[in-house]
Amino acid sequence: MKNNILIIGGGPAGLEASAQLQRMGYNVILIERSPKLGGHLAKWDRLFPDRVPADEVLRSLLDATEGVKCFTDTDIRAINRLDKSYNVRLTNGITVLSDAVLVASGFDLFNAVRKEEYGYGIYNQVMTNADLEAYFRTGEDRRIENPRKVGFVHCVGSRDEKAGCRSCSKVCCATAVKQAIEMKQAFPEAEVFCFYMDLRLFGRHYEDLYLEAQKEYGVRFIRGRVAEVSENFDGTLLVKAEDTVASKPLKVTLDLLVLMAGMRPSASGKALGELLGMNVEDDGYFAVRSGIAAGQRSQQPGIFLAGAATGPKTLPETLADARAAAMEVDRYLTEVFPDARNYKQLVKERW
Amino acid sequence: MVDFGFGLVPSSRINLDLFDKGKYEELAALEPDVRICMACGSCTAVCTAGKFEPTSLREAIEDIKNARADKALQMLEPCQLCGKCSMVCPRGINTRHLILSINKIYSEK
Ligand SMILES: Cc1cc2nc3c(=O)[nH]c(=O)nc-3n(C[C@H](O)[C@H](O)[C@H](O)COP(=O)(O)OP(=O)(O)OC[C@H]3O[C@@H](n4cnc5c(N)ncnc54)[C@H](O)[C@@H]3O)c2cc1C
Ligand code: SF4
Ligand code: SF4
Ligand code: SF4
Repeated sequence: MKNNILIIGGGPAGLEASAQLQRMGYNVILIERSPKLGGHLAKWDRLFPDRVPADEVLRSLLDATEGVKCFTDTDIRAINRLDKSYNVRLTNGITVLSDAVLVASGFDLFNAVRKEEYGYGIYNQVMTNADLEAYFRTGEDRRIENPRKVGFVHCVGSRDEKAGCRSCSKVCCATAVKQAIEMKQAFPEAEVFCFYMDLRLFGRHYEDLYLEAQKEYGVRFIRGRVAEVSENFDGTLLVKAEDTVASKPLKVTLDLLVLMAGMRPSASGKALGELLGMNVEDDGYFAVRSGIAAGQRSQQPGIFLAGAATGPKTLPETLADARAAAMEVDRYLTEVFPDARNYKQLVKERW
Repeated sequence: MVDFGFGLVPSSRINLDLFDKGKYEELAALEPDVRICMACGSCTAVCTAGKFEPTSLREAIEDIKNARADKALQMLEPCQLCGKCSMVCPRGINTRHLILSINKIYSEK
């Protein structure tokens, strides 16, 4: 029997899990609420640490999903738990009977307008990491015109209780260092500064990226959180921080400031979670069933989780998580499903 | 001048707008390693001269980058060029050579 599996979210996690489950012989239905597949990956230009083009990675993910039934512009309208499956009504009018559901609803970028002291949306020369990726993709942004002094602000909306987020977003230190290098490649004469509290360059090759930024590109790293930004008459920005290594307040005039907006739980994921009756933890991300050992099972039988829906992840981590989720789904369906009579007993034992 | 009983102290704030890029690039051309210090403080921790007089290569590098080369030279004045700091630097910086180059570039008026 070919079980139906519904995958919600067409970002890297949803795409990778679809491809894996499809290959295992399952009948996969993938839904994506936006008009386009790819999630955040479709917005990035080149990826840390090796700066491979994001489009190449996305293309190979999409190619592998051939045969998967994809619905874009589609969300979930209602979901009912039947005896052993889920009856799901989609917003496009289609109803799916699904034996397992994988939630891969991803994350939202922190809305940098909320850190008012940095002036995003107020001062002309302030932009976000996502804006800069868009510039690298298109070569167009009214804020960028041969900048001479550029600052990168780490931890925007992350590690900030007042912004409602205690945790680290994990990807933005590497993104800042990558973008600082790319900025120097585009504008070799520019002076580039990174304002950080801790440099969290944990992954393989990330430290190489840091050394490269210092050595080949002369990027200046200043330990201290940017505390205040104001606009000068000529449109440049006056930036204040403490250099906590020197124990001195510091000021610098910049003509471009790039905010490393962090990762927040997806708002549409949250709405979905309410429909599915899934718990979130204090940080807003979905709770997994039991910590380390069952990382991809939700607290509801038959519902699985993958990718940034369970907290900040890099792309390789997201893909590994999606593959693990596919294995978990397969184990669940093969262990529990064929024996329909004992289904309830088996779920109780095995979930 | 009238004595008001107080004087003006120069601001101790770092002003990166005063940073002399030309001079720094001169140093970096001679000593590219100045760029890769990660401010770990190992050099300062083991410094032999530092036991007696404030001496810190870490701080001197910071000072240069913070537009205070005058303080950097002060910080390195007691250095005996013993080379202990080069043994502990995790970035493998040839610290003695760097100290000599800093003195060479920034002592020139
Ligand atoms: C600024 C920035 C730069 C980054 N750069 C890199 C990098 O260079 N290298 C790297 O390894 N990682 C990078 N990352 C991390 C990478 O973007 C994530 O790991 C990856 O996007 C997570 O994939 P995902 O599928 O879990 O989530 P997402 O990419 O967020 O995709 C989730 C998808 O689900 C959809 N969705 C949500 N809710 C619903 C719903 N209810 N119904 C239907 N669809 C829904 C969304 O529309 C979206 O398309 C970066 C992250 C940021 C913030
Ligand atoms: S990865 Fe770096 S910039 Fe991002 S939240 Fe963590 S410490 Fe801050
Ligand atoms: S070489 Fe100079 S700075 Fe280095 S440990 Fe010796 S005295 Fe200190
Ligand atoms: S030991 Fe090396 S890396 Fe550490 S502060 Fe001194 S010069 Fe910099």
